[in-house]
Order: sequence, then C-alpha cells, then structure tokens
Amino acid sequence: MNTRKLIKNLWLDALALVVIGVLFIVPFIFIFLMASKTSQEASRFEFSWPSQFLLIDNISAVLAYNDNRMLLAMWNSTILTVSSVTLIVFLSALAAYIMQRRPGRVTKIASTVMLAGLVIPPAVVPTIYLLQQLSLYKTLLGLIFVEVAYGLPFAILIFRAFVGSIPRELDEAAVIDGASPLRVFLQVILPLLRSAMVTIIVVQSVGIYNDFSHPLYFLPGSQNVTVQLTLFTFISQFSSQYNLLFANAVVITIPALILFLFFQRQIVAGMTSGAVKG
Amino acid sequence: MDTQSKSRVAVGVVAAEGKKRHKGAMQIYPYWFFVPAAVLFTVFFVVPTIYAFYFSFTRWTLFDAEFIGFSNYVDFLNDPQLSSGLVHTIVYAILTSGLKVVISLPLAFLLTSALALKTLFRSIIFFPVLVSTVAVGITFSILMQPTSGLINSWLRVFGISGPDWLGDPNLALISVALVDVWKGLGIATVICIAGILAIPTDYFEAARLEGGTWVKFRYIIIPLSRNAIFSIILLSFIGGLRSFDLIWTMTHGGPGFASDVLTSVIFKQYQAGFYGLSTAGNVVLFILVTIIIYPLQTFFHRKEIEL
Repeated sequence: MNTRKLIKNLWLDALALVVIGVLFIVPFIFIFLMASKTSQEASRFEFSWPSQFLLIDNISAVLAYNDNRMLLAMWNSTILTVSSVTLIVFLSALAAYIMQRRPGRVTKIASTVMLAGLVIPPAVVPTIYLLQQLSLYKTLLGLIFVEVAYGLPFAILIFRAFVGSIPRELDEAAVIDGASPLRVFLQVILPLLRSAMVTIIVVQSVGIYNDFSHPLYFLPGSQNVTVQLTLFTFISQFSSQYNLLFANAVVITIPALILFLFFQRQIVAGMTSGAVKG
Repeated sequence: MDTQSKSRVAVGVVAAEGKKRHKGAMQIYPYWFFVPAAVLFTVFFVVPTIYAFYFSFTRWTLFDAEFIGFSNYVDFLNDPQLSSGLVHTIVYAILTSGLKVVISLPLAFLLTSALALKTLFRSIIFFPVLVSTVAVGITFSILMQPTSGLINSWLRVFGISGPDWLGDPNLALISVALVDVWKGLGIATVICIAGILAIPTDYFEAARLEGGTWVKFRYIIIPLSRNAIFSIILLSFIGGLRSFDLIWTMTHGGPGFASDVLTSVIFKQYQAGFYGLSTAGNVVLFILVTIIIYPLQTFFHRKEIEL
C-alpha cells in the first residue's frame, strides 16, 4: 500500500518535472543558447547547442557597443534603484510610524489617498508637464522622485502593519529617558522594522530595476538610458544580431538571478504580504 | 485645532489626564515626520492626477492648452481604433486574472502535496516574476514566430500546425495574455500556497475520512482559500488593466490595432503629440479602474472568511 503510494508520487514528480521544465526552464535555456551563438546561427531561432560557444564574446560586444552604452545604462539603473529605494524606505517608515501611532482625521485622509495610489494608474503626460515645470524632466532626479511617489503606498502599507506590532510603551520609555522624537524613531523603531525593511528593499528594487514604462516616458534621451531601455532599443539596432540581443537580455537578468538566489524567501514573503491577511 | 480636538475625543481618556497625554503624544509623534512622504506623493502623484482631469478637456501642446470641452472623449469613444483599446483592456484583464486563478489554485494544491521536488518547483515557477518584462516579451515574440519559432516547431513534431501567435489579429491579444499569465503565475501560486497552508489541518483530517483528493480540493481547498483567490483576482485585475510593458514589447498594439489596450493607446497618442487626447485616455483608464476595482473590493471584503 505504502510503496504503491510512493510510486504514484514518483510518477507525479516526474510528470511535473517534465511539464514545468518545458514551460518554465526551456525559455531560459533558449535565452542562454541564443546568447552563446554566432549571429547566423542565432537567426535560425533553433533550440540547439551552439557550434562555437561565444557567450563571453557576445557579452563583451554588448558591453562595448556604442561607446560603452550598456555600462552607462547599468550605472544609471544602479543610481536610480539605490536612491529611490533608500528614499522609499526612510520616508515610508517615518510616515507609517506616525500614521500607526496617531490615528485621527489627518491619518484617515492620508491613508485613503495612499490606498488610491495603490490602485489608480499614474497620469503620464501631466506628470511630464509637471516635471518640465520643475525643470526635472529628462533628469535622473526627476525619475527618482516619481519612482518614490509610486513606491510609497505599498511600503507604507507594509510598515504600518509592522509598527503595529511594536508596543507603544517602548517609545514612551525612550521619551522618558530623554530621547527626542527623531532619536526614538531612528534608534528604537527603525531597528525593530528590519525584516519589513528587507522585504521592501527587495521588492522595490526588483520593481524599479525592471521598470520599463516610466523611464520610457520620463527619462528619454540617449544619455539617460536605463538597462531595460537598452534591451528595448537594441531590438531595432541589432535587427539581424539576435545573439547580441539575447546576450543583452542575459546581462540585465543577472542581477535578478543573484537576488533570487540570496533573497528568495524574503522576496516571496514580501510579494505575498500585501495580499494575504493573517 | 479642529483636528486636535477631534482626536482628543477619539482618544477617549479622562478629560484632564487626556489633555496631558495627548499633548505628550503630539510631541512624541510629530506630524512633520509625515511631511516628506506626503509632499513627494502629492507633488508627483496627486497633482498630475488632478491636472489630468483638466487637460483631458483641452487641445494641449504642453505650452498652451485650448479648452475644447468633451471633444477628446467624443473622439475617444467614436474612433474605433481608440475605443477598441477600451474593450481589449477589459478582455485582457479578465483573461489574465481568470487564467491565473484557474491555473494557480490546482498548481498550489499540487505543490503543497507530497511531491518530493515541490520546493524546487515553487522556485522555478516563481523566477519569471523577477525577470524583466522586456526580456520576457522579446524572448516570447521569438519563440512565437510562426514558422521558425520554437513553439510551432515543437508543435509540428506532434503533427499540429501552430497558429501565427502574434501575427493573427484574432489571436495576438490572447497570445500576449498567455505570456502575461506565464510571467505572473509564480506570484499567484505563492499566494494560493499561503492560503492553503493557512487552512487548519483538522479540516483535512475530516476530508481524509470522507473521500479522496477531489473531495479535498473541491470542498476544502476551494472554499477555504477564498481570501487568497480574492487577492489574486484583485491584484491581477489591477495589473491587467494597467499593463503596458509586455504588450508594447511584443506587438506594439498590433497587428493593426488588434492588441491595443488603453495604456498603449495613451502612449501612441503621446508619441504623436496629441497630449490632450492621450490624457483623456488616461482619465478613461482611471475611471475604468475605479468602477471595476472598488465594487469588487467591497464585494470581496464582505465575502471574506475568518479561519
């Protein structure tokens, strides 16, 4: 009886492995194979081992292409992601702390507006207009502010739930000991929000690094390119060089892969935490 | 001042003590902590949203705006190229969120069962969530090539002649939706797994006495992971209505206008310099999202269950 069950499970395992392998692993192997071929071989779109293995050569060709444009894009994307995420974490932690501790009309209005921000899509052309008025259009700083504004609602939602689990007595005790409100926040509250912080950092980094439409709208121009746009614009530039196109895809996917290998648990927890109650 | 007195009532402590305590609270939790986030959010999200309502009634060059009443909206609803975008948006959102629920729930059931490799499977299915949408879009537009693409080549092995996934106007939107499901399935499945794991084990004990796998799935998993299912529907519906990246990288709304959705229409009108019309499209999208999501949310909230 037990062995029969075991065999049945083994069958199920094997079947699932084949189905999931074909659907979810083959596309990634395909990217990897395409990125390792010569341009003639790649243009046949076949799922075959390359006759010469050129992954490294193709990647260095992509990096060097057009005056090291890819390196510029990586630099821009790094600045964009790091500064946006840093701002999101600090500003949303501050706001969430006050919103959780001081329920009242101000907080009620603020949370209604923030919740709307989770659902309603941004108004793109008016945002461009506003950025122009502030002389921030086509600047990295402008895009950073926009990304922060779009990222705040989710971060505040997560932080608020966490602040709720920190007893008020802790802040009050610190105040009695003579700490200023900012010190209470920085030295008592913030360290206790660490796990929520990791969640937000990981989730927002993935989102902002992979963001395509906002750089497309708010940061046009070849000097301002981000990694997602390199891939998009390379479609036309590399029209016959699919090997380089896919080498580009490999380059920009590596950070996601590294993040996944190290932070898988936090990512999964973070992306579900907004969704499931209890 | 008004706010202060209101929340003083809300605190509901004995009058004299309450006054003191509230003053203390104000000093420990100053409102200025809230200011930087509020300013950024207001300036870069709320203000453009309010602007949008005004500029959607204008012919707009970014330098000056001429008020033209409902003209943009009339254009939007009369021009079949634009209004079909509205229909496609709804179809896309229903298709993606429906498929995600229908696939992820049985999948989550499978991945919480006795499979030896379930942790590995979960990771593999989740990984596409983290990969850039542009990379996924480009890869699949090559895999979906009608003659040399891998999907049709492999279908040919089984004697099936595959369709022109992205070139057939009747199929393009559905093909993109399928790729969207592929990319987002990981998140839906993980939410379902969390939902299933939250079900108390005594329910399963009872089911084991009553019947087999189907009974367990139909009478325990489906009704009791309702909250997770609602979350998936809401999240993927919002995502579906707002989705742009995948459609733009795979079809540019084509062939013709066959896979144009509101977001791609907004982008095309913006590129063409019709800023007022583009903004009207944006307002149509706000309204669509609001009239679909809020009632759905309220409905789900009422039907939510406590385990």
